[in-house]
Amino acid sequence: MPNPTSQSTPIEELVSQEYKWGFVTDVEADVVPKGLNEDIIRMISAKKHEPEFMLEWRLKAYRHWLTMEEPRWANVSYPPIDYQDISYYAAPKTLKSRPKSLDEVDPEILRTYEKLGIPLREQEILAGVAVDAVFDSVSVATTMKEKLAELGIIFCSFSEAVQEHPELVEKYLGTVVPYTDNFFAALNSAVFSDGSFCYVPKGVRCPVELSTYFRINAKDTGQFERTLIIADDGAYVSYLEGCTAPMRDSNQLHAAVVELIAHDNATIKYSTVQNWYPGDKEGKGGIYNFVTKRGKCLGVNSKISWTQVETGSAITWKYPSCLLIGDGSVGEFYSVAITNHYQQADTGTKMIHIGKNTRSTIVSKGISAGYGQNTYRGMVKIMKSAEGARNYSQCDSMLIGDKCGAHTVPYLEVRNSTAQIEHEASTSKIGEDQIFYCRQRGLSSEDAVSMIVHGFCKEVFRELPMEFAVEAQKLLGISLEGSVG
Amino acid sequence: MALLEIKNLHASVAGREILRGIDLVMEAGEVHAIMGPNGSGKSTLAQVLAGRDTYEVTEGEILYDGKNLLELDPEERAREGVFMAFQYPVEIPGISNSYFLRAALNAVRKHRGLEELDAMDFLALAREKLKLLDMDPTFLNRAVNVGFSGGEKKRNEILQMAVLEPRLAILDETDSGLDIDALKIVANGVNAMRAPERAILVVTHYQRLLNYIVPDRVHVLAGGRIVRSGDARLAEELELSGYASLEAEVAA
Repeated sequence: MPNPTSQSTPIEELVSQEYKWGFVTDVEADVVPKGLNEDIIRMISAKKHEPEFMLEWRLKAYRHWLTMEEPRWANVSYPPIDYQDISYYAAPKTLKSRPKSLDEVDPEILRTYEKLGIPLREQEILAGVAVDAVFDSVSVATTMKEKLAELGIIFCSFSEAVQEHPELVEKYLGTVVPYTDNFFAALNSAVFSDGSFCYVPKGVRCPVELSTYFRINAKDTGQFERTLIIADDGAYVSYLEGCTAPMRDSNQLHAAVVELIAHDNATIKYSTVQNWYPGDKEGKGGIYNFVTKRGKCLGVNSKISWTQVETGSAITWKYPSCLLIGDGSVGEFYSVAITNHYQQADTGTKMIHIGKNTRSTIVSKGISAGYGQNTYRGMVKIMKSAEGARNYSQCDSMLIGDKCGAHTVPYLEVRNSTAQIEHEASTSKIGEDQIFYCRQRGLSSEDAVSMIVHGFCKEVFRELPMEFAVEAQKLLGISLEGSVG
Repeated sequence: MALLEIKNLHASVAGREILRGIDLVMEAGEVHAIMGPNGSGKSTLAQVLAGRDTYEVTEGEILYDGKNLLELDPEERAREGVFMAFQYPVEIPGISNSYFLRAALNAVRKHRGLEELDAMDFLALAREKLKLLDMDPTFLNRAVNVGFSGGEKKRNEILQMAVLEPRLAILDETDSGLDIDALKIVANGVNAMRAPERAILVVTHYQRLLNYIVPDRVHVLAGGRIVRSGDARLAEELELSGYASLEAEVAA
């Protein structure tokens, strides 16, 4: 047959598209010396004019971190990280004093965002999205704050929250992810530079999707964000987190911590599209994404829903989890994780049922291509107190090509006999038959692969807010037109 | 000029020759039937026309509307108006029939320099075709072939054909596994598609489909060659005598 394209070629072409967002913004960075010790931590705290309780907390975290060892149980491999060879704080120099408005923001930084397709101004005016943009470690601009303030909603950078609302920070910081939790969470607690803070008061429904875009920019600078979101009784908030990073040769460590707290009848929806630099085709470079995300359903009938689309990073180590404490509380986890070339992902969730009649849903879609390794690791734990708890888990894996791997590691621990637990799992391969069928109907191989992958991920995509569905489409090269929702 | 002209076509799979010199000419407006016993090469012919690359064409040529069909990728053939109804339609979980079909239609329309249809215009068109085929509109909302019965899958192929309006339609054993009611519905759909500008090639093992779709020409395939050609009466003749006598003839 004079058809030179074998069935696997278009797939390989599609999955081997170069990272489009690799560029370095030329902004002079204010970087502290490499290395980690108590002086560095004091320096970070001093630069941020933090109150004493923050410094004390950081130092306790650091001292605890010294006693810990890097976890090795995940199904990922990478060379040892030299924690003394990392600079733990960087801020664009032009931001020593915060800009009062977007007009005062360094135009170079604004152009960077435009390249990423997130013009702040347009978002502010058109999309109704309040953006707290983290450029390296310091917030560049916070928009729509006044509007939100009228409703009593606090949405600001973490540093600002420490200054303006220290009582809330002190009350909630570390209550979901204590600094003793794990190696990376301890490191984050010691050195975190900035992040986002959100508090939605009693009975308030946040009218806009709150949004943060993270970028890692300064060379060899670890990023240690810290996000804290509190929804008080009956409150509702939907939070979007999106990430892209410039192209790099050396690996960059990212160890964020996200804490969510939902009081009685409150709902927090947390959505992530992660597209950090995954390394090149040979597996050189790329971000190490070692993140601790956890939500506490503290109140009765509270709900926390995690949705994530993970396409980037060389290594992903991430388990957004829910502690279902309040009776009737609900935890959800919807995930799409894609590994290509030499990317490795070990991701999943933990649903810990403590309260009565608590419910959880887990839907995980893993897609592996190239030499990618994709592991779903999830735990469902029903405590003795969790009378009538229910869980539904579905873990599907899709393989593209024959050099990649998919692994599913579910843990189940049930201590109450009234619990109902369902687990479904499947592994499939994009078939030549499927692609030929689409091509015979006039679709290109690329469109065929996109369509099949999109269909596979649909249950997760429909959980994404519209703003993010568009990004997910860009990231997967999938046309979502007419099929979302 | 004939719409389809196959000259001395040889094709093999994994080094084994299946088609051993097929010659066939189809004019626009004609319906031809290809019949033959299992393993005679019927489906191979259909797949080669559609551009499946598991088959290697070793000799011969195929002209479609004067163009060298073998030089075109499967999707280019589809956009040029070649449609194959699959013997085993493929499932695509999570993608609705209407989304799939609109994407296909727009790929064809774009190729022809026509404006792409938006969701509303497409729906109007699809509803009209559903009515033509006496099919339930909920068909459009279901994921492509997922959980469809055998009959539903085949009807879905006919629906796709009706929406895409090909110039050359190839039905690869569309009648297999259908009960008599489903067979009639499929046949009605195909008959409704008969048009002066369109040629339809019906590949079938059994004569019974040809009670409902009366072909202009019937070709009998055996051992990778067309051994007999005739009008609709040839199919009836075969129904009485069976393929066995024919195979004996070929062997002799």
